[in-house]
Amino acid sequence: MSDTSNLAAPVRLSDAAIRRRMLAEFWFYFRQNRGAVGGLVVFVLLVLVAVFASLLAPHDPTAQYRDALLVPPVWQEGGREGFLLGTDAVGRDILSRLLFGAQYSLFIGIVVVSIALVGGIVIGLLAGFFGGWVDTVIMRVMDVILAFPSLLLALVLVAVLGPGLTNAMIAIAIVYQPHFARLTRAAVMSEMKREYVTAARVAGAGNLRLMFRTILPNCLAPLIVQATLSFSSAVLDSAALGFLGMGAQPPAPEWGTMLAEAREFILRAWWVVTLPGLAILVSVLAINLMGDGLRDALDPKLKRS
Amino acid sequence: MVRFILSKLLYLVPTFLGITIIAFSFVRILPGDPVLLMAGERGVTPERHAELSAQLGYDKPVVMQYFDFLGRLMQGDFGNSLVTKKPVLAEFLTLFPATVELGFCAIVIATLIGVPVGVLAAIRRGSWFDQISMTAALVGFSMPIFWWGLLLIILFSGILGWTPVSGRISLLYFFPNVTGFMLIDSLLSGQEGAFASALSHLVLPSIVLATIPLAVIARQTRSAMLEVMGEDYVRTARAKGMPPFRVIGIHALRNAMIPVVTTIGLQIGVLMAGAILTETIFSWPGIGKWMIDSISRRDYPVVQSGLLLIAALVMVVNLIVDLTYGLINPRIRVK
Repeated sequence: MSDTSNLAAPVRLSDAAIRRRMLAEFWFYFRQNRGAVGGLVVFVLLVLVAVFASLLAPHDPTAQYRDALLVPPVWQEGGREGFLLGTDAVGRDILSRLLFGAQYSLFIGIVVVSIALVGGIVIGLLAGFFGGWVDTVIMRVMDVILAFPSLLLALVLVAVLGPGLTNAMIAIAIVYQPHFARLTRAAVMSEMKREYVTAARVAGAGNLRLMFRTILPNCLAPLIVQATLSFSSAVLDSAALGFLGMGAQPPAPEWGTMLAEAREFILRAWWVVTLPGLAILVSVLAINLMGDGLRDALDPKLKRS
Repeated sequence: MVRFILSKLLYLVPTFLGITIIAFSFVRILPGDPVLLMAGERGVTPERHAELSAQLGYDKPVVMQYFDFLGRLMQGDFGNSLVTKKPVLAEFLTLFPATVELGFCAIVIATLIGVPVGVLAAIRRGSWFDQISMTAALVGFSMPIFWWGLLLIILFSGILGWTPVSGRISLLYFFPNVTGFMLIDSLLSGQEGAFASALSHLVLPSIVLATIPLAVIARQTRSAMLEVMGEDYVRTARAKGMPPFRVIGIHALRNAMIPVVTTIGLQIGVLMAGAILTETIFSWPGIGKWMIDSISRRDYPVVQSGLLLIAALVMVVNLIVDLTYGLINPRIRVK
């Protein structure tokens, strides 16, 4: 967001004051969207659950209670006090596994988005800043990656790298990265025409300074929105990979992997199937709601309408 | 228009070459010796190993191997499956109709529901219908469809017993494979109940596969309609006393459909990714399940060529979407 409107004011504000005002303005627009605030609340809860999972969980997520196989949730007939949401086929407490699963999902989201965001920003900056053949080559490569359905390419990459959580995260990040590169490039190309960039160049700023200090901060709004959306897709796709047996490996309490293990019991024990999926849905929905709010708050075109 | 099509086609060539390079290097990066992999667990003598390497061209430089690979592709040779020993292209073509049938039904469901819902939500902006449908769309957009499929199986197959759990048709029916599309073939066979059986197998997978495209289409239609309804020509049409139905149906809807058509076309990639999950859950014998099975069986020629064929397919469909876009929106052609 530009702070040119403040220049006309008789009193010059300090940088910190401007930042505070911008934050207040952002919060004002974000707050208008009730869904976004709800999403934020759920997301904060999710973070708290992930951080304090070991305190909250009544059992070890991988401990198997051999005398308590497929125990239904406590409110149903046959339920037991110690297992609030029941147990799975090998007697592990579902509630504890769900709580620890939040750690996996958030961790996956953070890692995937960080890799894709940093990679995409660097690649997009290079393409947009230098243009010419650098741009052509980079964008052609991005087009090739985008030609594959994302889940399929991630699956094949995992098949090459070997199944596992780390490789699944790398594969998903590679598949997402072109979206960030394209967005950065487009934003950089429109910023490059602005006068402040020319001014910085005339003042003697080097290429690196121009790219990262002058231009990049002004391209961040669409990237933040895309990062939020990618976060939720990363949670979904990694769960899908886990479900297909190519992501986190058992006995990890990752939600998708839990669903894969529960598949054969769908008609006998509804709770082993329903609950992990519900956890995925609620997390993804909360992040998407937040993303919608962020877009409304950060996109100046939509603000006044 | 011809120039527009040609420039688009030319643009595809480097992308297609890129796809072949990725598919080619895929087998190269794999850990392990491809010859040993093909020989299986029994292993081979060094002489036989050299012979096989020469036969498969692995003794040549990598660049030459790539051009050999490309040359074979151009002749329609996509290699043979390690498991079934059949040509990959033939397997692909046998299974492809199943995925097309599923994907087609899904996109029809998504469009028939998504577009009217989006239009109505835009017209009654802020109403309870708008709020409920857009909340539902956001839930659909966030849905882990592999779980959604399992839920539907629990409800409709487990509790209600209305639909079968897996496959394309009941084993009771047997008829010649004419078109590869079960709905058409079962009708052609004239056997009583065959069509109903095929349809009941198709319902749940199509709903599951349609979920995300439906949500995307509804949201996109709503925002396109809202944008168009703020335009001057719509206000003019209203001001001159045109009935609201005509304003919406003729002036607004037609222009709002331009981005929506593109959105619908671009769902093909989403559908292919969704097909992998949907076909796995419902044991639907299509391309998605074939890819998953081949990955877990380490049938690399199938994975390699399957990846290539699917990417090429998505690329061609995207080209068609691009061209349709040029056709319905003349402004884009000049650019």
